[in-house]
Amino acid sequence: MATTATVTKTNWWNGGKSPFNVEYGKLMMWYFLMSDSFTFGAFLISYGTIRFSTNYWPSPNDVFNSFPGFEGVNLPLAFVSLMTFILIMSSVTMVLAVHSGHHGNKKGVVKWLSWTIVGGLAFLACQAMEWTHLLTGEHPVLIGNQLDVISQTTRMNPWGQHVDLAAATSALQHTPHDVLVKLVGLHHEVPQQQLAAMTDEQLRGMINVAELHVRETGPVAFGGFFYGITGFHGFHVFSGVCINIAMLVMTTNNVFERRGHYLMIEKAGLYWHFVDLVWVFVFLCFYLI
Amino acid sequence: MEHNTQFAEVTHAHAPSEGTARIWKTFWILLVITIIELSLGLTMYLFPAMPSWAHLFIKGVICILSLAKAFYIVSIFMHLGDEIRNMIMTIVVPLMLFVWFIGAFLWDGNAYRTMRNRYDKYKEEHTMERPIQKGDTTQHGFGG
Repeated sequence: MATTATVTKTNWWNGGKSPFNVEYGKLMMWYFLMSDSFTFGAFLISYGTIRFSTNYWPSPNDVFNSFPGFEGVNLPLAFVSLMTFILIMSSVTMVLAVHSGHHGNKKGVVKWLSWTIVGGLAFLACQAMEWTHLLTGEHPVLIGNQLDVISQTTRMNPWGQHVDLAAATSALQHTPHDVLVKLVGLHHEVPQQQLAAMTDEQLRGMINVAELHVRETGPVAFGGFFYGITGFHGFHVFSGVCINIAMLVMTTNNVFERRGHYLMIEKAGLYWHFVDLVWVFVFLCFYLI
Repeated sequence: MEHNTQFAEVTHAHAPSEGTARIWKTFWILLVITIIELSLGLTMYLFPAMPSWAHLFIKGVICILSLAKAFYIVSIFMHLGDEIRNMIMTIVVPLMLFVWFIGAFLWDGNAYRTMRNRYDKYKEEHTMERPIQKGDTTQHGFGG
């Protein structure tokens, strides 16, 4: 090879070769990912702008503190740590698939690509559970001069500042019947019909206001940003899983073996690592700070 | 090298690395950084009485650690570190736009908060943890 015989420096801009020394597809994948990083960046920065423009923002430790199977236990950030671990792990299996591809090892590519797909699906399942938990959660809040029970949606946020006991107790007197039924249901295992048949006074007697931890409503923008950005990331994970499945089918059908190289796996790998990279910043902005 | 003979524009390539030691080393680095980030996040949760500058400092450290994670993912997992300098620059230089992007918009958000606190008395009374006292300039921020 010429490069081993001579010591002359390669001039990449002399023409006749790519100044970036990569094939067309890979360069374009990089440019796509760069533009995509600006899309995600714009979302996260607009979230930051809104957060900087308000005096109060809910603490992630209060919002994300549950783990499936451990209902009612305060485990801040535990579940999202698991999701982060799954995504890092799937990034490792993907880079191992690319590594096997470099060596033309078809069996290795199939094995590691399969694990990457499993990791991606596990992450999506976790995200579905997290969203369901937030959307169906029941949290007592003070709205106006009465209590209500709301969940985390794009229109409502139940994680405002704590309401003091006196204000919550007086608001309880103005709270309508159906909300009282819900409030009692939060801490008592009594059938719904039985509660509905009780009088307001009986229901109020069963409520321990201190136990409710009543809050004000939080910033409305929280839900839109959270569901919008994690949803957009989840959509990327989903499309990444689809791409990886396509790669797996092509590998088992010997498409790359006939082609003589596994560079396509590398491009799919770039996309998959980008999904992991974006999660680093989603994790940072929504869960850590 | 044989996998590059298909592409005339790729004129020089490194032989693929033999072992997977570097990949696993990067995995452990990422895992350890994540655990440090989480423990810092939980420190803020367990000690809410810390002064606000301490919280800000911890958040800054977490941001820097996240950038370190991003560096390892891009450089090792995405192999950008193994590309030639031209390739690295065509990706990294445009990303410098983020320096302005983040700075300008967070500044703007802060300026908006300052203005609202000053002119919208409803916000001051109902959403501030510590309402502005007369003569207090520390809450006014640098935007207003």
